[in-house]
Formats: sequence, C-alpha cells, structure tokens
Amino acid sequence: MSGSNEQLQRYALAVLSHLILIAAWHFFVVYGKVPKVVMPTPYDTLQALVTPNYRWFENIAATAIEIFGGFLIAAIFGILCALLFSWFRWLEMLAMPLLVSLNMIPKVALGPLMIVWFKYGIWPNTLMAFAICFFPIVLTTARGLREVEPDLLDLVRTLRGSRWQLFTKIQLPGALPYIFSGMKVAAILAVAGAIVGEFLGSERGLGYLMLQVQVTLDTAAMFMAVILITLLGGILYGIVLGLERYFVVKDARIR
Amino acid sequence: MSEAFIHLDGVKKIYRTRGEEFLAVSEATFDVEQGELVSLVGPSGCGKTTLLKILAGLHGFDAGTVRIGSKAQPFNPARDIGMVFQQPLLLKWRRIVENVMLPTEILGIPYDVARKRAYELLDLVGLKGHEEKYPYELSGGMQQRASIARSLVHDPKLVLMDEPFGALDALTREKMNLELLRIWGESKKTIIFVTHGITEAVFLGSRVVVLTAGPAKMADNFEVDIPFPRTLDVRNTEKFGEYTRRIYRLLGME
Repeated sequence: MSGSNEQLQRYALAVLSHLILIAAWHFFVVYGKVPKVVMPTPYDTLQALVTPNYRWFENIAATAIEIFGGFLIAAIFGILCALLFSWFRWLEMLAMPLLVSLNMIPKVALGPLMIVWFKYGIWPNTLMAFAICFFPIVLTTARGLREVEPDLLDLVRTLRGSRWQLFTKIQLPGALPYIFSGMKVAAILAVAGAIVGEFLGSERGLGYLMLQVQVTLDTAAMFMAVILITLLGGILYGIVLGLERYFVVKDARIR
Repeated sequence: MSEAFIHLDGVKKIYRTRGEEFLAVSEATFDVEQGELVSLVGPSGCGKTTLLKILAGLHGFDAGTVRIGSKAQPFNPARDIGMVFQQPLLLKWRRIVENVMLPTEILGIPYDVARKRAYELLDLVGLKGHEEKYPYELSGGMQQRASIARSLVHDPKLVLMDEPFGALDALTREKMNLELLRIWGESKKTIIFVTHGITEAVFLGSRVVVLTAGPAKMADNFEVDIPFPRTLDVRNTEKFGEYTRRIYRLLGME
C-alpha cells in the first residue's frame, strides 16, 4: 500500500536526520581538532558508559523513578482534581484561582525549600517533577471537561439522560484529547523538574552524576548523561503518545 | 374534531438578564397534526429557536399553554423527541453507527435492537456503507444525514430541527431538502423545522408558521397547498411564488 510505504519513508528520513547529526558531530570534532574536554566524539561518549565507577545503571534508575514517578502522581492527581472541579462547581471556583496563582511560582525556586523539608534523595526530586507536571495536566483536563457543546447537553437533557451518562458518554471522552495534550507538555517538563532537583541537591541520579564528572572534566560522561536524560524523556513522551494513539481517534487529537 | 397532536395557545416567553426584559416569543398560537412537517420561519431574534426549545421541554415559558400529545396520541417527552441541530454534533470518537445509537444508550434500549435500527436508518438517510466510518471521514452533508438518523433512532413521535441545513452550501442544501422530504414521507414523523430560509420553509412545509422580530410575535400560520411528493420545480410555480411573497410581506421585505 502506498500509505504504509509513505510512512516507511518518513521513518527512514527521521532516522537519517539523526544519523546526519551524529556524523556531523563526529567530523566536526575530528577535523576541527576540538579538544576532548570541550567536546568528545560520539565514540568517546559511548566509551564513557564503560567507566565502571560511574554506576550508570543506578543513576539511570534513580532519575527514571523521579521522572516517571513524578509524572504518574501528577497525572493521577491532576486528572482527579479536574474531575472534582467539573463535578463540584463551587470547588472549582474556590480552588482554580489558587491553582492559577500557585502555577505562577517558578517551581525550580522551590528546590532549596524542598531540600530543607525532605533532605536529599529521590523524594524531593520526584516532588519537583510532580510540581512542574501537575498544573498543565489539571488546567487542560479541566478545560476539556468544560468544553461540552451546549446543543449536545440539550440532546442529552431531552432524553432525560443522567449526569453520569453525560459524563461517561460525552464529557470524559470529549476531554481525552485535552488530557493527552496536557500530559504531553507535562512529560517534557517532568524531565526538567527531576534534573533541576538533582542539580540542587542529591546523591544519586544522572543530574547528580553530571555535577560529579564536571569536577573531573569528564566531558564525555556529561554528554552521555545528557543523552540518557533525553532518552528517558523520549520514552515517557513515547508512552504518552502511544496511549493517545490508542485512546483518541485521529481527528480528535490536539497537536 | 379531535384534539391536535400539538397545541400552542398564546405562548409567551420573556428572557430576563440584569434586570432587563427581552420578549423572545409572544402570541404563539398554532396546532400541529400528527405527521405534519411544519416550518417555523422568521428572521434572527424572532424566537423560533426559543419556541423549539420550549417544545423540547428545555425552556419554560411565561404565559399560555403548550400541550403535546393527547389521549388518542400519547406522548412521552423523554422518549418521543428527536433533535437535529445546525451543526451535526457527532461525537468524533465514535463510529457513525455508534453515534446514531447514542440516544438508545441513554434510553436503555437493548444494543442489538438499537444497532439493527441504526443500520436501517443509515440506509434510509443514504449512508449505507458508511456505518463503520468515523465522522471526519464524512462530508458536512453526510454528517448531517447521520445526525438525522440519530434523531430517529429511538423512534420518537416528534422531531425538532433547528436550521439543520443552515451550515451547508447551497447545492447540498437543496439536495438535503429533497432528502428530508423523502425521509419524512417514509418515516411518517411529525417534524417541526426551524429555518430563516423562506423558500426552504415553503418548499418543505405542509404548514408554515411565520414569526417576526422586534417585537417577537407570531405573524401567520397557513397550510401550503402543494401536493407531495414535491420536486424542485414546484418552486417555479405561481402558487409557490404567492406563498413566498406572503412571507416576505409579513417580514416587511417586499
């Protein structure tokens, strides 16, 4: 089929552009005689992985827990909050302005506070990822739940449909594209939240490792850490995207 | 004479916003017999949509009587109203047949019965073969056909249509007018059709109720004595012209 052929071509081009970037990087370093401390080659970067005392696996696991954990908690609480808002209007009127105000706080600025409250470790960083993810999910979900066509509401009302039927058949499925749009934004933010948390204070994680190797000027390891962090974010984003493809009809997706 | 299926007498509706009163409907008095297709025509602000919503039980009113159904023609407001809006308002995440089945789910009609009926109706509205598609795969006119099927799926006695073809292009609109007459002929439903198109109102209606704006009130109510089935040619007849001129006169546009 021409459709799948075209799809294949698109994937091929996407892979190609990435390969070109890696090649350009390699040649830039080799022919530009860039010192390794400034920029390692792709091969050197890969080599950093075999340095045993960096405990890559442990650090990846720590960062992954922070990113995925923070995101998951934010998704659960964010959607739950928005649902409560749509069920109890007074609650929305009470809490939404507060949430909007709290959203103005640069979450990163809370880092030092979190360390005071929770000490070093995975918890404060997970919390940081959560704090930064929570708002976009609540706000978009609440908006999605609000966007019901008044005429559809009338249609359900003439049939004496219940509040619950309206919710399950129209409101919630209608809000799904918004929920996913919020989660996509949150997925990217979660990574930033976790890493900033690790920069500010931590004893594990890829952000922590970056600070360690910075001191010894092991730039290759720093590059590797950045790539791994990006990969973690990419995996989370991919999972959200996959779920969206499964749950939301093509036409309804918000790009 | 037996009681009419729908009886309106002196219906009046006032909207109140911030202390100001706005007369939305007044002096609405007319009867609709079962199986009629009544056009409600008038300019914007004449209260035709408000009147439709009063009939649907969605709005209250301030004076007058509204009665739907009689001893001989029982009417259950929860089950016997079908609605078609200006926009098809199909649910994007449902296939066409599932969209048509929405009212049956709300009313708790068994799935198999509902599905069979939805298929039959999609055939009736000319969407055979499109049952399992998603709304975005259909044109605007086709989506509106699906929404007409949705309004019929629970076998209501009364179908209320609020400018259903208002958003379609002129050609599609004419085609849909013919289709609606065919669907009406086959389904034998009572239809109340709101439009601001005077030609459309006369062409479709077995009766036309004219509403005027500023102040909103009912201005005329007459039977259209042109036999069914009608073709587009009837619009060129002298009789048709008389009817449309009569409405234009009432709306002060002669």
